[in-house]
Amino acid sequence: MLIIDQATYDAIVAHARRDHPDEACGVVAGPAGSDRPERFIPMLNAAMSPTFYEFDSGDLFKLYKEMDERDEEPVVIYHSHTATEAYPSRTDINLAQEPGAHYVLVSTRDGADSPAYDGPVEFRSYRIIDGAVTEEEVQIVPNNRGDN
Amino acid sequence: MAIELRVPTILRTYTGGEKAVNGDGSTLAEFIDNVNGAHPGLKERIVEGEPEELRRFVNVYVNDEDVRFTGGLQTGVKDGDVVVVLPAVAGG
Repeated sequence: MLIIDQATYDAIVAHARRDHPDEACGVVAGPAGSDRPERFIPMLNAAMSPTFYEFDSGDLFKLYKEMDERDEEPVVIYHSHTATEAYPSRTDINLAQEPGAHYVLVSTRDGADSPAYDGPVEFRSYRIIDGAVTEEEVQIVPNNRGDN
Repeated sequence: MAIELRVPTILRTYTGGEKAVNGDGSTLAEFIDNVNGAHPGLKERIVEGEPEELRRFVNVYVNDEDVRFTGGLQTGVKDGDVVVVLPAVAGG
């Protein structure tokens, strides 16, 4: 199960809506071993594409260096699908290389890019390990620091 | 002295869970061969094809520089260098 705080959840959805029709992507880092997504880090989609995303290699290096220095890991890796459901594509499955991460997908296919849209936005989470996809429950909490 | 390889989580199965291992070589290709001698299987997760090239969705950095901009597998390495391997974060 993914437990994520409301503000981070909202930030991921807002990023996906803002970058539509391109795919949005990013990470939520958390203390190593905690499984708590705490630090929202939107990333540039270097592919700038409606059907593909990739972190820029220099950004990727800086991201991992910073997480290493802070003793963090990528608890959540998120990206959006802009024309299909929030389910990992074949490419997502083939390229998933963080076995410890929750892979979050958001879909903006229902017009969620429009500022006027106030319907639900698909937000789903998966484990992707060795080509096997397992969907998991998403629990949204007021905050994620254990002190609410 | 030696050259240090920082191993990403997904490849630590080849290093007995170690986050970093040491090796030698004068080019990145030699270094990867050398490290693969002690940790068989690691190399094929980083390079592919004939002639050998870096895998498209694996990034390798020598002292913070992406080797795609410094000569790829022929990038020179020396004692004290740090080689970082990071899987791309990408998808469709």
